[in-house]
Amino acid sequence: MEIFSEVAHYIRSKNAGPFWITIDVFCGDEERYKVLSKSPSLNPEVIARAYKVNPDSVRVFFLPSIHTIKISYPRARPQGSKYERDMHAGQQYVELGNLPV
Amino acid sequence: MNKCKVFVPYGGLGMGISEESFQRAIAMKPDIISTDAGSTDSGPYYLGAGKCKYAREAIKNDTKRMIVAAHKLHIPITIGSCGTCGVDDGVDFMEDVCREICREEGITVKVAKIYSELSRETVNEKLGSGKIKPLEPVMELDQEKVNKCSHIVGVLGAEPFIEALKNGADIVLAGRTTDTAVLACMPLLKGCSPAAAWHGAKVCECSGTCTTSPQSGGIVLTVDESGFEVESPARDSICTPFTISAHLLYENADPFYLVEPGVIVDVSEADYIQLPEGRVRVENTRIRQTSYTMKLEGAGPAGYQTITLVGIRNRIVLKDPMSWLDKLSAHADQKLGSLGYDPDSYSYSLRPYGYQAVYGGDVPEGYIPNELGVLLTVTADDQETATKIAKVFNPILLHFEVAKNTPKPSFAFPFSPAEVEKGRIYEFQLNHVIELDDPFELIRMEYVTIDGKEE
Repeated sequence: MEIFSEVAHYIRSKNAGPFWITIDVFCGDEERYKVLSKSPSLNPEVIARAYKVNPDSVRVFFLPSIHTIKISYPRARPQGSKYERDMHAGQQYVELGNLPV
Repeated sequence: MNKCKVFVPYGGLGMGISEESFQRAIAMKPDIISTDAGSTDSGPYYLGAGKCKYAREAIKNDTKRMIVAAHKLHIPITIGSCGTCGVDDGVDFMEDVCREICREEGITVKVAKIYSELSRETVNEKLGSGKIKPLEPVMELDQEKVNKCSHIVGVLGAEPFIEALKNGADIVLAGRTTDTAVLACMPLLKGCSPAAAWHGAKVCECSGTCTTSPQSGGIVLTVDESGFEVESPARDSICTPFTISAHLLYENADPFYLVEPGVIVDVSEADYIQLPEGRVRVENTRIRQTSYTMKLEGAGPAGYQTITLVGIRNRIVLKDPMSWLDKLSAHADQKLGSLGYDPDSYSYSLRPYGYQAVYGGDVPEGYIPNELGVLLTVTADDQETATKIAKVFNPILLHFEVAKNTPKPSFAFPFSPAEVEKGRIYEFQLNHVIELDDPFELIRMEYVTIDGKEE
């Protein structure tokens, strides 16, 4: 089965303030948007498991006009805590990219 | 029809753009030049320590172009979040930079300074009167937590900028400000659509990032009474409905609603229209008033760190780095204990870069890296202890056995001494807002004239 990173045009992640991380899935065109936006992996439960966060805190937004899906979730610890792994959260998209379509 | 053209030269003051793009934007005759100069983007250190992220020379260079161009056009300048974190010292630092430039160029200006740093006492008083509310994700707040902060800033909205511009300021230097308020203030003052002013400001807050070529830099925002238009001054860059609407996603948890002091902007029904010459027009943004709140940012010290980096190419270690690190940690714990270090007085992490240091989870089965960088980070209440702990690790990181009954190995340190003292570290403490009846209640404004003819 294909994974998100193989289908989407581009996936990126970034801190949204010190307390949130946000992932943008740019699908590239309508066809791929249709496929990806229907994926069971976009269920907050699945995303919460991948990122080890509370499913109630995961927010998924659909933007059909620009063929984009956006996922936001709170950081487990505020940005820059003692043993931070990714200050700008720029590498956090990879887990989402590995989810099956 | 009321109309206002805002030139946003930089995504952050000190980042620069090409002279050509800058001059092309100036030729478009903007009504104001506005830029943001700070952010919490790079972590809690800058606010905690009250320090600036960019080099003074880079900031001065960018500010000088703004001042010289604005003086020629007889237009004002607004700069928000001075000194990266927007503490009072950041505003004074920028005043100093402006003074130097004005004297070099012989330009006389009226400067408005807006301060929004808050004392712990003020915040505790507001906490006591129930005026402080948490944002999502909710963090408990008590006096102890407030008192941990070395700096607290209130995030400014557009009101004090509008006040300063009304009073004839040529340069407005402000403490921590929402990225949008510093851009939206002039269109709001000129009677343009508030919905378009805020939405346009959000699109343009990172300057050229909302274009097809983000590196080119610079953006020109024109707000009127029914919408706004965005245009890139760079020769090799255009705006499209995609680049403009996609920028609303960047560093923003909610792509449909923007919460600003006193207003909520709803962009969910906005229309993005491609115009000739790479311009985009946006209409149908909605806005509604809310009770006025000022967001708080606070950070405080969280100990001291010392780090050590060691490189490893030994295949036995590379085949199973986590087991080796576990054994190494157990050995180090035992040694630290035998030397009398209280385990509660320090903590550490050992992370294999090139393996799973960024992710923290399992690697794909069978994955063997070519080499590893193991980063030891020690945290303690003081620098001396952190470094002592790292020194106890030193011989272990240099020689820890790769397997039973093998000769002593030596691993690859890049530095002598191996330990690097990182100094004090900080943590964010606040994710809250203060409810205010008056946007000016907790801020201070000062006006000074810089005489460019004075030696």
